[in-house]
Amino acid sequence: MSAITTLDLTPRPGAAPLHRMVLAQAGAEIRATLRNGEQLLLTLIIPILLLAGFSAAPLVDVGGGRRVDFVAPGILALAVMSTAFTGQAIATGFERRYGVLRRLGATPLSRTGLLLAKTVAVVAVEALQIVVITVVALALGWSPHGGPLWAVPLLLLGTAAFSGLGLLMAGTLRAEATLAGANLVYLVLLGLGGVLFPLDRFPGGVRQVLELLPISALTSGLRGVLGDGGGFPGGPLLVLLCWAVAALALAARTFRWE
Amino acid sequence: MTAVGDSAVGDGAPAVEIDGLVKRYGRTTAVDGLAFSCARGVVTAILGPNGAGKTSTIEICEGFRRPDGGTVRVLGLDPADPALKPRLGIMPQAGGVPPAARAGEWLRVVSRFYAHPLDPDALLALLGLTAHARTPYRRLSGGQQQRLSLAAAVVGRPELVFLDEPTAGLDPQARHACWDLVTALRDAGVSVVLTTHQMDEAERLSDHVVVIDHGRVVAEGTPSELTGAERQLRFRARPGLDVEELLAALPPGSAAKESPSGHYIIEGQVGPQLLATVTAWCATEGVTTEDLRIERRTLEDVFLELTGRELR
Repeated sequence: MSAITTLDLTPRPGAAPLHRMVLAQAGAEIRATLRNGEQLLLTLIIPILLLAGFSAAPLVDVGGGRRVDFVAPGILALAVMSTAFTGQAIATGFERRYGVLRRLGATPLSRTGLLLAKTVAVVAVEALQIVVITVVALALGWSPHGGPLWAVPLLLLGTAAFSGLGLLMAGTLRAEATLAGANLVYLVLLGLGGVLFPLDRFPGGVRQVLELLPISALTSGLRGVLGDGGGFPGGPLLVLLCWAVAALALAARTFRWE
Repeated sequence: MTAVGDSAVGDGAPAVEIDGLVKRYGRTTAVDGLAFSCARGVVTAILGPNGAGKTSTIEICEGFRRPDGGTVRVLGLDPADPALKPRLGIMPQAGGVPPAARAGEWLRVVSRFYAHPLDPDALLALLGLTAHARTPYRRLSGGQQQRLSLAAAVVGRPELVFLDEPTAGLDPQARHACWDLVTALRDAGVSVVLTTHQMDEAERLSDHVVVIDHGRVVAEGTPSELTGAERQLRFRARPGLDVEELLAALPPGSAAKESPSGHYIIEGQVGPQLLATVTAWCATEGVTTEDLRIERRTLEDVFLELTGRELR
C-alpha cells in the first residue's frame, strides 16, 4: 500500500494537445516498423538487393543507357509501395485483429489523430528508405539529372494512393487475408509495374492497361523527372491522383475498426 | 438537472445511468431491459454468471457498442460523446495492446495522450511490472498483461474507470495489488465500475453490487444488504445424519439442511443456546463434528440462490 500513497490518483482528466498525441503514436509506429524483421526485409533489404543486383548484372535489357539510372527510380517507387501499401496494410490489419484500434478508440486520440500519426510514420520511414537507397544508388554510379523537385509531389501522391489501397485492404479483410494479399499484390506490381522490367516489353494493349497501375505511374514519373530530364510529370500525377482519391474515399466508407 | 454552459454538462450526474437497456446479437438477446445506476465516488460491482450480459453492458457504457434499445448516460453524457474519452479509463477483458510493443514503452505512449498523466514508471513499479518494462506484450504472462492493461486504464487520471474482469487469471499477490489500487482509486474520489464473477472480490471491494442474470437485474444493494444480517451455523460431519431428528431438537423457526453431502447448515436464532443444543445432539448421536462455525450468509450463497446452480 505504501507505494500507492505516493501516486496522486485524484481525477485530473484532460486530453493532451493533438500534436503531442500524434507524435507519440507516430513514434510508436515507427519503432514497431523498424523493429519488425519482416517489415525491414520488405522495406529496405529487398529493395537494396534488387537495386544492387539489377544495376550490376545485365539481368534485363533496359534499352539504352546505364542500368542503375533505369533501376534506381523504380526502386524508389518500390520503397514507397512497400511502406505505404504492404507494410501499412499488414500492420493495420493486425492492429484491427488484436483490438488495438478499438483500444486506441477509447483514448483521447481521435481517428483523425490516428490517421495523422500513421501518415507521419509512413512518411518518416519512407524518408529513411529514400536516403539509404539514394546513397547506395549514387555509390553504384547513379547520376540523376532532371527536375528532382518534381519527385516530391510524385512521392507524396504515390504515398496517398498506396496508403488508401493498404487501408482499404486492412479495413475490410481478415488479418491473415491482408497479410497474404498485400504480399501478393507487392510481388505482382513489382513484376508488372515497370519497376525492373520495362513496360515496352509488353504487347501494346497490355502495356496501356499496365501504365494505369499506381506503381507504373510512380515509376515512370520518377524515371522521367530523375533520369530523362523531364519536366512536369502531368500524366503520372493524374493517374496517382485518381488512385489516391478513389482508394481513400472507398477506404473511408468501408473501413471497419473492429 | 440544469446545465450551465458546456463545461457543466454532466456534472452532478451519476457515474452511470442505465434504463431499459436492450442489446441483441442476431436472435440472442444478451441484455433485456436492464436498469440500474452507479453513484459517483464508489465502487460498483456488476456480478453475474457467464453470459449474463456483463461485458455487453460495460462495452455499451464504454462506447464500444451501440444499444438496440433503452438509454445509457455516462457522467451524464451519451457514451459515444468524444468529450468522455479523457474522463474515462478502460480495461477491456483482453487484448488491445500490439503484441510486439514493449510494456513500458506502450504505457508511456498511452500516457502521452493525456494532459496530466501519472508517471508511467511509478505505475509500473506499483503493479510489479518494472522488471518487465522492456518485455514485449506477447511475452508477458496473462497476469502481467492484465496488470499492464489496468495501468493503462488509470494512467490518464480518469474520473471513472471501467474494469472488465480485472482480476481474472491473477495470482493471489497480483489480485491483492489490483484490489489495493481499486480501493486507492475510490479513496481518491474516482468512480469504479467493474464486472466479476468472483464473489469474494465483489464482497471485499464494492460499495454497491448489481447482480444480473439473463440480461436483467435480479438483485442490487450493498454486500451486507444482499447477504442480510442472518447468521448460520455450519459444520462438517459424516454424511447422512438424520436432519429431521436434529431439527426436532432445535427451537421452533430453525431450519437445517445437508448441502452438499457431509456439510450441514442450520439457520434460525443462531446463538450460544443453539450451538449448545447442536453439540449436545451430536454428542448423544456419537457424531464428531469438524469445522463448526457461525457465520453470515456469503454473497456466493445469495448469488446461487438468485441465479440457480445449473452450469452455463
